[in-house]
Amino acid sequence: MKTVNQKKSSANLVLLSSIILVMDVGLLWAIIKFLCNLKVHSVLYAIIGVLLVVLSVGFIFCSINWVVEQYPDKYKNLIQPFLYIGIAVLLLTMMLLLPAIETLYYSFFNASSSKFVGFSNYLAIFSDSQLIIALRNSALWVLFAATSCVALGLVIATLADRCSYEKLVKTIIFMPTAISYVAAGVIWKFVYFYQPGDQQIGLLNAIVVKFGGEPQAWTTMLPFWNNFFLMLIFVWMQTGYSMVLLSAAVKNIPSEIMEAARVDGAGEIRIFFDIIIPYIAKDIITVTTTIVVFCLKVFDIIQVMTGGQYGTDVVATNFYRQIFMQQNAGYGNTIAIVLLIIVTPVIFINLKNFRKQQGGALL
Amino acid sequence: MWFLPTFGLFVTSFRPAKDILETGWWNILPHKDWETTEQIQLPKDTNLREPITVGDQTFTTKELTQGITVDGKRYIWENNMARLINVQEKRWTTNINFTLDNYKAVFGGKEYNIKQPDGTTIKVKGSNMTRSFLNTLASAVPSTIFPVLIATLAAYGFAWMKFPGKKLMFLIIILLLVVPVQVVMSPVLKGFTFLGLNGTFLGIWIAHTAFGLPLPTYYMYNYISQLPREIFESASIDGAKKSTIFMRMVLPMSVPALASIAIYQFLWVWNDYLVSLCFLGGRDEVKVLSMDIANLVGTRGNDWYLLSSAAFISMIVPLTVFFSLQKYFVRGLVGGAVKG
Repeated sequence: MKTVNQKKSSANLVLLSSIILVMDVGLLWAIIKFLCNLKVHSVLYAIIGVLLVVLSVGFIFCSINWVVEQYPDKYKNLIQPFLYIGIAVLLLTMMLLLPAIETLYYSFFNASSSKFVGFSNYLAIFSDSQLIIALRNSALWVLFAATSCVALGLVIATLADRCSYEKLVKTIIFMPTAISYVAAGVIWKFVYFYQPGDQQIGLLNAIVVKFGGEPQAWTTMLPFWNNFFLMLIFVWMQTGYSMVLLSAAVKNIPSEIMEAARVDGAGEIRIFFDIIIPYIAKDIITVTTTIVVFCLKVFDIIQVMTGGQYGTDVVATNFYRQIFMQQNAGYGNTIAIVLLIIVTPVIFINLKNFRKQQGGALL
Repeated sequence: MWFLPTFGLFVTSFRPAKDILETGWWNILPHKDWETTEQIQLPKDTNLREPITVGDQTFTTKELTQGITVDGKRYIWENNMARLINVQEKRWTTNINFTLDNYKAVFGGKEYNIKQPDGTTIKVKGSNMTRSFLNTLASAVPSTIFPVLIATLAAYGFAWMKFPGKKLMFLIIILLLVVPVQVVMSPVLKGFTFLGLNGTFLGIWIAHTAFGLPLPTYYMYNYISQLPREIFESASIDGAKKSTIFMRMVLPMSVPALASIAIYQFLWVWNDYLVSLCFLGGRDEVKVLSMDIANLVGTRGNDWYLLSSAAFISMIVPLTVFFSLQKYFVRGLVGGAVKG
């Protein structure tokens, strides 16, 4: 008698679960369709959108949760965690993981993704003079822009630590990290602005003219060196970032160590190289890897300042042109994969750091 | 060095279009400049092809066109047709002409008048940045709320629940932290076009939510996994459901971390250009600020009265957030040190 009851109730549960699942999927689909076709002012759209999405996803979550709570403990404990991580895992799989694999797949196809071409896209990279310039420039960016960000950040962090108006200095240097690359591009375009004649309104050219030099079109007419003027913008923006992170690390150095070194007669420069740098080496590596990835992905600055012309192309801008301007999907995908390959070492460093940090907590 | 470029553009955004192109922004500071002290009217029949006698000096027309300096006085044509000469001396002056016209020009959607350097006035169509400003808000606020909430749910799951495949899934999330958006852009774009999500706010929310998700998940995991174990144990002994524990305990206790990561995500989305460029496009109803400015740079690259004020409009929100919530912002940034 009892087992019959149990069977009946579990059959009911399965039925109930299916109904709720179908209902939830239907609801989600209806909301997506509704929001896709909704034509109202953006602010109204956002309000309606947030309310609808939060309410419906909340409802879906609660309804499934309610059903799962009815299950026997064995199944409940197995299914419930997936309810919590489900949305995130689903989104990441659909939007990042699968597309990345698709990109890899189509990187072996021709421009219209219709014919398998093997490795010929990858081989073409080495004969494409434009892309070779882009790769060279990306390498320059990593080599010079990233290094100067970290070095400058470290020096400022150390100096600011001894400075009485530390907070003000840090705020000023840190401020550019809050604004967009596009706005920073405009700010610096104005600094670099060039017009023929003696009357210069760009700060840099005005200074040059003041000291009797010739005004220059810094970002366009100076092949090769113009890259460095673009990098300066990046350094201007990201030094604050490395400074803040490294400054926290510098402050963590026990003051006894510094005192002991000073008592032993070590100079400030010696302390900097022999104590501070080794002590915060781990933080320096973290900051460096992060900024290197920023550097490799830099797109906005170059797009706004030169559009990748005048020999300032980098991998990210080259990719954009291949996909959106020249409609060359196969080649564009290949460039994206090359970018992925370049950042792979950083992924491994991250994983290693995480393993160390967490100890046995998760991994 | 760090402050000057921003300050320069800030000052410029308040100067009349005509002044911007004629003098550098630093001219608002007191400086020595030529100022006309007297004017000399030559006889109307003076022959411009021959040397011209002014007082006890003699100049050529060419010299007078460029301006010639004698004993600290500069002689220059005011109008050579009227045979009028300006005599100028260096005096301390400032060039303080401020106006709000530039901001009116970029905010307004209608036509407006603008003074050209040569003194004429032309009608220009406004860039309607009010709309872009609201669009950016409509894109950024939901794109902050969604990923942070979803990430917190997931972080709770990863930190305090047991399930098969947990280790692998979390490893993949860490791996996805640095995957460049470019790698997934073209397939996602194809999918969006198929679903009709391209160019809609829903599309950009989904894109920003998914692309931004790994970092908040990682960040919230670090925070939530360090909450004291006893709380969860005693709560579940008391018979509290997982959902109750999440709503009543995990969420309230995570508020500081939530604030930090939300600010970080908000600024990230607000400042974004590439993702909006690809998934939202430049239609008037959906274009965001960064798009607007990039377009201005492309089409009106020398119209500094527009560019400077437009750039500052886009910076108002980030700078306000920066100065008012610096503490939280720094925390979010430190937590984001693994992201690319």
